Amino acid sequence: MSGAKSRTSWRKPLMGVYIGTIVLFMQAPALSLLISSFSADKYFHFPFAQLTWRWYLEMVESGGIQTSVGNSLLTALVVTIPATILGFWGALAFARFKWKGRSLYQKFLLLPIFFPQMVLALAQLLLCKQLQINTSWISAGLSHLVWLLPIVTMVIAIQVYGFDRTMEEAAYDLGASSWQVYREVTLPVLMPGLVSGALFAFLLSWSDFELSLFLQGVDQMLPVYIYGKMTGGFSPTAPALSATIYLLSAAALFVPFWILTRGEQ
Amino acid sequence: MDSTLTHPGGATVSGTGAAKRPKKQSWANRNPGPLTALPTVFMLLLFFVAPLVLVVFYSFQEPNAFEITNVLSLDNYRDFIGEGYYATLLWSVLIAVVTTVVAFLLAYPCAYGMVKVFPKMNMWITLLLVMPIFVTSNIRLFGWTLILLKGGYLSFLTSWIPGMEEVEFLYNFPAIIMGMVYIYFPFMLFPLVLGLEMVDNTVVEAAIDLGANRWQAFKEVELPMAAAGVFIGGLLVFVLSLGAMVEAQVLGGNVVTPFADDIHHAFSYQQNWPLGSALSVILLGITVVLIVMVMRYVDLDKLLGTRAKLG
Repeated sequence: MSGAKSRTSWRKPLMGVYIGTIVLFMQAPALSLLISSFSADKYFHFPFAQLTWRWYLEMVESGGIQTSVGNSLLTALVVTIPATILGFWGALAFARFKWKGRSLYQKFLLLPIFFPQMVLALAQLLLCKQLQINTSWISAGLSHLVWLLPIVTMVIAIQVYGFDRTMEEAAYDLGASSWQVYREVTLPVLMPGLVSGALFAFLLSWSDFELSLFLQGVDQMLPVYIYGKMTGGFSPTAPALSATIYLLSAAALFVPFWILTRGEQ
Repeated sequence: MDSTLTHPGGATVSGTGAAKRPKKQSWANRNPGPLTALPTVFMLLLFFVAPLVLVVFYSFQEPNAFEITNVLSLDNYRDFIGEGYYATLLWSVLIAVVTTVVAFLLAYPCAYGMVKVFPKMNMWITLLLVMPIFVTSNIRLFGWTLILLKGGYLSFLTSWIPGMEEVEFLYNFPAIIMGMVYIYFPFMLFPLVLGLEMVDNTVVEAAIDLGANRWQAFKEVELPMAAAGVFIGGLLVFVLSLGAMVEAQVLGGNVVTPFADDIHHAFSYQQNWPLGSALSVILLGITVVLIVMVMRYVDLDKLLGTRAKLG
């Protein structure tokens, strides 16, 4: 066992540095966007000649941004509700109940996650054209829902796998009715999974670009709006808007997890 | 009565033939599995399978057709060979292979460190590393262009090296690979973390006590136990980068045209739905074959269930 001891002595700092480097790599764009958003220069060149807050003010006042933020928020909120409910049932079928077609169902459910989003979007667009349905935030939302429902289901399924069934049995033995058990035991225990599932649904819909690009129709979504800003030459509001979205998304993910884990201790 | 528990609004539970069970029976034992799966399966059939079936039909239409007719044609598949679309597919396969290998080599030690060295911080590191998925990839790639372009942050850093001018790091093959690895890294990392959580430390220690060196213990014990995570992670990254388009556009300029770009082009600019459909079918065919091959070796219950027991 002395071998194992001497391994751990250098293992920790080495691993710490390595993971730290990877974290830096994954978060580098956030730093880049944040710093760039304060440049007052017309053309991007680091170091900047002047600094400014101006882009953040322009961002808040821009009508195009307000509309697309509205569209994206509406779609994400509307998608989150069915995604969480269906995901919850789907997760029970995935992880809890033993039934004949389960293994096939599990694999079928994985398919949309593995499919190239752009091909899926084009196929859905083709279906809309075939059925002469006008694309709008509703078609975009349906497209989001189909793609993220399997992910939400899996997130909740992980929680369902860990569910201790003896707790339900105990509640029954103490005389609780089925509805009481469901409401007082099953749902509260699975609640962290449901919260993460809803959170994932909201954020995945909110940040989706490729499905929205083809299926949004007249209702421009925020990621598509930003794409237009980015590709239409360097626009100084783009980094400010991007940095804001990045930080908001990070907060939307970290704060609930922080609250959830604080509750556990 | 019990049916209202699992299915508010659905009263067809009698179909399970459990009507005469005693009242104290747990609602879960009535086997509502198929019923709870139904809404999700229905959604997927309607908005996932149906569009893809339509694409398959279109791919056998004559080029430039805008409706499904009885005249079937293989012209679009001939164009795949004749018009050189297979070459872009090969480029995309090459990019996907390199991306998958690099992502694995970077992610494995990271996942190992998270599971085995810093298990208490695992959740927070996972959040930090997986969190970028929830920000539109365009935005993040935009951040990278500002790092990599001439006059950007990286060229500022390298200009401190004596004799170095400002350099353009964008618009080349390595930039595309870096962008792809960056975008798909979380999809490799998370399954690897799940896979490594299935590795029983005591078995690895036992192998080492029995005289295995670290490499042997890794190759003969650790990797096979974590195999499900490796398979899923590899499959995800390969398949997603095979169908990727934006990374090559934003970071690569036009040095490489990904296959997905051809599909997009056929649908949007050429307005040739049958050709775009045929190219899609080829891409989806590869995807489905890979998924079926890999999923045979993966026990989903075990991969996802282990995490639950730990957490």
